Amino acid sequence: MKRNLLAAAAALLLAGGVTSSAVAADTLKVGFIYLGPVGDLGWTYQHELARQAVVKEFGDKIETTFLENVPEGPDAERAVEQLVRAGNKLIFTTSFGYMDPTLKVAKKYPNVHFEHCSGYKRDKNMSTYSARWYQGRYIQGEIAAKMSKAGVLGYIGSFPIPEVVSGINATMIGAQTVNPNIKVKIIWVNSWFDPGKEADAAKALLDQGADIIMQHTDSPAAMQIAGERGKLAFGQDSEMIKFGPKAQLTSILDTWAPYYIERVKAELDGTWKSGDTWGGLETKMFEMAPYTNMPDDVKKTAEDTQAAIAAGKLHPFKCPVVAQDGKDVECKGGDHLADDQILGMNFYVKGIDDKLPGK
Amino acid sequence: MELIEAIILSVLAASTPLLLAATGELVAERSGVLNLGVEGMMIVGAACGFGGAWLTGSIIVGALCGILAGVLMSLLFAAMALGLAVNQVATGLALTIFGIGLSGLIGAGFVGERITPAPHLYVPFITNIPLIGRILFGEDGFVYLSLALIAAVWWFLYRTRAGLIVRACGDNHVSAHALGYPVLRIRMYAVMFGGACAGLAGAYLPLAYTPFFIPGMTAGRGWIALALTVFASWRPGRLVIGAYLFGAVTILQLHAQGAGIGIPSQFMSSLPYLATVIVLVLLSRARTGGSTAPAALGTVFVPDR
Repeated sequence: MKRNLLAAAAALLLAGGVTSSAVAADTLKVGFIYLGPVGDLGWTYQHELARQAVVKEFGDKIETTFLENVPEGPDAERAVEQLVRAGNKLIFTTSFGYMDPTLKVAKKYPNVHFEHCSGYKRDKNMSTYSARWYQGRYIQGEIAAKMSKAGVLGYIGSFPIPEVVSGINATMIGAQTVNPNIKVKIIWVNSWFDPGKEADAAKALLDQGADIIMQHTDSPAAMQIAGERGKLAFGQDSEMIKFGPKAQLTSILDTWAPYYIERVKAELDGTWKSGDTWGGLETKMFEMAPYTNMPDDVKKTAEDTQAAIAAGKLHPFKCPVVAQDGKDVECKGGDHLADDQILGMNFYVKGIDDKLPGK
Repeated sequence: MELIEAIILSVLAASTPLLLAATGELVAERSGVLNLGVEGMMIVGAACGFGGAWLTGSIIVGALCGILAGVLMSLLFAAMALGLAVNQVATGLALTIFGIGLSGLIGAGFVGERITPAPHLYVPFITNIPLIGRILFGEDGFVYLSLALIAAVWWFLYRTRAGLIVRACGDNHVSAHALGYPVLRIRMYAVMFGGACAGLAGAYLPLAYTPFFIPGMTAGRGWIALALTVFASWRPGRLVIGAYLFGAVTILQLHAQGAGIGIPSQFMSSLPYLATVIVLVLLSRARTGGSTAPAALGTVFVPDR
């Protein structure tokens, strides 16, 4: 009994932070499930900003609710179901690990619409959406190669999943256009969020001779270390310049607001349809923070590259893409790699002097 | 040479919060109380420590706020586990969950703010001695404080009468009670000391390690501290070795990866935990007379009046 009480208390706490306002009969209820706390300054924070943008756009026509700190996996199912029972008709689940729980609930409630971020499973009432962050990584690679004096980049990875691996590859391909001999040191911290460990990884990379820090983890710790040591770094997910005013070159900003507004509008108009959206710079699914702490010519190159990618003139994974073993990767997308190849990327490109974990 | 110095400096910083939190938990457990709320006390300490330093601009005020927050959290635990004799494991777990939520609430006002981190010591000439200078005289004060504290705890537990009484409460609370010692009050003091240490350990993170506050920034360090007390078989000397071993493995595996040494990072990350399990097995095999866990650890004591 005691244990049950404890579990119930834990569940309540974990699903804390429920916001809700007065209900009118014809308002559309929109729910959001967040992985972290809304104040994480990274991934969840950016989703929360987008939710606020939705509220601003539609005012009293909608009512939003969010659940934060919802762990991935089976627990998420309960959280999604809770939102359904509370009358939400459109529900955004904003982390990869919510994929199966969302699908399960979606099958149970065919009249509710679901939007799942960064997954690949869909249904009649469940869409997916994600961003082509690798485009931004390519630009960062180009900047890094121009700004690095040592010719060594330091890269902090979270988990060796395709999204992160494609980011590393895009960075290297971009960097190699500037300096064909550029080197990268990669450290996996096996966590999305552990400020202390991210700081330690940044220190280790700098101690080993890297002079530009790139990260695919969520806290601004690495940016701060780079700033303290007078080195340069790129932010992640959100604007991190406050933590490294003299260090941040740019940052990939997750800007979900346009997509969220579009989908809520479709729901209000009754035109919502299931689909898969994988947008990039061309649809502003993400944006680049201002280019700072670099000379004008580097900034100009970065802006030109950004414009070329947005216009569809430049594809970061333009064929031939040469894998680590020196062989060309099969070109399934015409003159560039197909989306499937990028989404499932599990190899390093040539020039990365390291072994992909698990390969 | 420079790289070795850099690695040792990183290890010192990474080990300090673990050593601080584990020192407090060691004393609490030696008195017979298993407080699984270390992670919760740490994160609240981190939030309050950062808040204090951010508002006043003083690292020392921040550290004191962290300590105070840890003590208050531990009093909550003491009220439940000692006062009401509630199951210690359940109370400790609840304290952690509560602390994680509470710290988010406290920290909401200053997420995204930054402070100047704790300064590193500088002794003219001495700090400039190659290699040992920066290691022995060039880190932030918390690093040396944590070592002084564990030395003091060793002296207290093994060289003072009060320490003997604390250990007596942990090994046999019935006898200690029969001898007329106020077991519950002694345990409360031990728990409060544990809270103060955990609060300080938590505050160390935003005050010296990564000078900003983000909810959840302790990232499981409280649980490592708990594992460390077991790893150290409740002995202060082994605790120092354990804490630095944990820190060293964490930092070395990062360097091994950066240098491209092909050991899977997941394996390296799991090494400290593997070591704890092995030590536990060895301890239980070698349990012949020598003391390992305090005999009354985790058991509820209700004095018969």
